[in-house]
Amino acid sequence: MRHVISILMENEAGALSRVAGLFSARGYNIESLTVAPTEDGSMSRMTIVTSGSEEIIEQITKQLNKLIDVIKLVDLSEDEHIEREMALVKVKAVGEAREEYKRLADIFSGRILDVTDTTYTIELTDSGDRIVEFIAAINADEIIETVRSGVSGIARGEKSLYP
Amino acid sequence: MELTGAEILVRSLKEEGVTHLFGYPGGAVLHIYDALYQQDDVKHILVRHEQAATHAADGYARSTGKPGVALVTSGPGATNAVTGIATAFMDSIPMVVITGQVPTNMIGNDAFQEVDSIGITRPCVKHNFLVKDVAELAETIKKAFYIATTGRPGPVVIDIPKDVTAEKAEFKYPDTVSIRSYNPVVTGHIGQIKRAVAMMLAAERPIFYTGGGVILGRGAAELTELAQMLGYPVTNTLMGLGAYPATDKQFVGMLGMHGTYEANMSMHHCDVLIAIGARFDDRVTGNIEKFCPSAKIIHVDIDPSSISKNVKVDVPIVGSVPNVLQEMIKLLKAGDKKPDAKALASWWNQIEEWRAVDCLKYDHDSGQVKPQQVIESLYKATHGDAFVTSDVGQHQMWAAQYYKFDKPYRWINSGGLGTMGFGLPAAMGVQFAHPDATVACVTGEGSIQMCIQELSTCLQYGLPIKIIALNNRYLGMVRQWQEFFYKRRYAMSYMEALPDFVKLAESYGHVGMRIDNPADVDGAMEEAMKLKDRLVFMDFVTDQEENVYPMIPAGAGLNEMILV
Ligand SMILES: Cc1cc2nc3c(=O)[nH]c(=O)nc-3n(C[C@H](O)[C@H](O)[C@H](O)COP(=O)(O)OP(=O)(O)OC[C@H]3O[C@@H](n4cnc5c(N)ncnc54)[C@H](O)[C@@H]3O)c2cc1C
Ligand SMILES: Cc1ncc(C[n+]2csc(CCOP(=O)(O)OP(=O)(O)O)c2C)c(N)n1
Ligand SMILES: [Mg+2]
Repeated sequence: MRHVISILMENEAGALSRVAGLFSARGYNIESLTVAPTEDGSMSRMTIVTSGSEEIIEQITKQLNKLIDVIKLVDLSEDEHIEREMALVKVKAVGEAREEYKRLADIFSGRILDVTDTTYTIELTDSGDRIVEFIAAINADEIIETVRSGVSGIARGEKSLYP
Repeated sequence: MELTGAEILVRSLKEEGVTHLFGYPGGAVLHIYDALYQQDDVKHILVRHEQAATHAADGYARSTGKPGVALVTSGPGATNAVTGIATAFMDSIPMVVITGQVPTNMIGNDAFQEVDSIGITRPCVKHNFLVKDVAELAETIKKAFYIATTGRPGPVVIDIPKDVTAEKAEFKYPDTVSIRSYNPVVTGHIGQIKRAVAMMLAAERPIFYTGGGVILGRGAAELTELAQMLGYPVTNTLMGLGAYPATDKQFVGMLGMHGTYEANMSMHHCDVLIAIGARFDDRVTGNIEKFCPSAKIIHVDIDPSSISKNVKVDVPIVGSVPNVLQEMIKLLKAGDKKPDAKALASWWNQIEEWRAVDCLKYDHDSGQVKPQQVIESLYKATHGDAFVTSDVGQHQMWAAQYYKFDKPYRWINSGGLGTMGFGLPAAMGVQFAHPDATVACVTGEGSIQMCIQELSTCLQYGLPIKIIALNNRYLGMVRQWQEFFYKRRYAMSYMEALPDFVKLAESYGHVGMRIDNPADVDGAMEEAMKLKDRLVFMDFVTDQEENVYPMIPAGAGLNEMILV
């Protein structure tokens, strides 16, 4: 099963490699991993999307908690939460396709960030599923490249990871 | 007062109560050696290989419960230390290892003797630190000792660039330390403890399965009290030997791959398994599908990730052994419920039947020196009260099976990583910690050659270690597997061109003895023990193809042992 784990950790050099090293050393899957400092510069917030049996997920959270740099973590998938991901999609946009991709971007609430005579670069921020749908709606031959940020997640309601 | 980083390091070690520092010098740590030279508080012990520095620090820690400390230079010094760090990590041994590093402005430039020590050691330390600012050095050292010794203990590496050891900062050693992201749980959940006690009292076929955590957590007295209150059988893992007195009648021996018949059969047939500070290692469980098929399982461990990792348990209790066991004892004393005497009596009858199989019997009339006989002789000559370190192989198993450890901290071996070469340097650390005690190193002719150079260190410091080499002219443990599972194709398990260990010991300035007649074993052992201030290398020429029994082959359950 797919799980979204949100981690609050020390903003220390090496903290990221401890997490990444743990996943590779123990053979856990990483579907995506995002990390950036929080408003309190001493901490970072990481979201990891992983998958595995209940036993494996339990081990993953226990092993992550064991890392000295990890302050707190939560398996967001256990409760109501929001997931967002950003994609940048560069497409060939000539002739009729120009109008078509503009319309498609509108339908998906995307924004065209960069325009040239022959290309559009479209930004889309949404759930992973919607991003997949959007990319699927574009003619594969016309995709020049795509970049996805990976999922960021947060719990709904008042809950917070902050101590 | 302003001190250099090197001075701060040495002063901090003193503040931590460090008396022995095992190390080897090199360019990146020259400032530190200069600071060490100018003081007498921290005694530096010069080993002959950095692996030995870490094993010696480890042996010191295992025999005292205090953290061991090692110091090595950058690059090859650090890489040589990795085996010892990983050894300590697998067995959860508190240790602080200081590695020199190239100057901060050269890090990442493939500088002379640069390796990414933080990166290399990351997977085999509890935590590691790179100190880039001398102002943070003292606090980092405080944190390192705190992390190494609390919770589930483990090795911590502090990597210190050379320039940081030269720069100056105000020195004040912090009195306390708190790390917001690190708060190990010590007291167990009282509701869970009550459930556990109720389950223990309701048991008809209970057994205590206890491990290294009892020793690491200093809980041997509590375990003994609890087990004796209830009258239940106790089995120890290889790492737990000594946590419960081996000569007590409730002790059924070690369990697992080379455990006793009675221990493994009791495990297999128990209805309540009380696991304390043990981590359900694969050498213990055998085939996990067949493990303790009818048991409810209680598991006390300080590390949540040890619980339900390999085997799903019914009552998990996160906490430290002495704290949790004291609670259990209190509850038992306060309540009026007693174990089911009738059920327990018939359980013990069954266990005594298994014990009567006498699975550790061996042939006394072969005319050859039997390895088991040597260990029994060592036990007699040392009145069961020596510190015994071991290397890895058959000799390790025989030492574990035939030396009856009644006290914790006495049996010192590499269980998790299984590091050949551990025994002799570990014995050095033990002897430094206990200068007047008898320290024996049980080894094989293969293992001893992995750190043989330390005979020189032993001479320098006058360490009167007794080396008990069970010389079977084979990498015996490997050969045994080849005999059983590869139709006796002994690929590379034969030790050709062995040195003359007697002459070798003598050339290092020690006493050497060769014993090849079973009638001479006891006499030689007595004689060696009398040489109180000399290292004696006892080369026992043993029965070459003796095997370690019982044995649980791969894939089998605990009830499917191969007996003699
Ligand atoms: C050749 C060879 C053969 C072997 N054969 C066997 C065998 O037949 N039988 C056998 O048992 N082993 C055997 N081993 C050893 C085996 O590999 C493991 O090292 C060993 O079984 C682990 O012991 P343990 O479960 O006690 O755990 P340890 O590695 O000692 O771990 C300690 C556990 O206690 C916990 N702990 C630490 N401190 C505390 C505290 N204060 N409070 C509570 N919990 C705490 C830790 O979190 C951990 O889970 C063999 C090894 C070798 C090299
Ligand atoms: C560093 C290292 N290399 C290889 C092994 C694999 N190994 C385990 S036991 C063993 C044989 C040990 O031989 P010896 O020291 O003579 O002991 P014996 O089994 O003969 O008693 C080997 C090679 C190991 N445990 N450690
Ligand atoms: Mg051998």
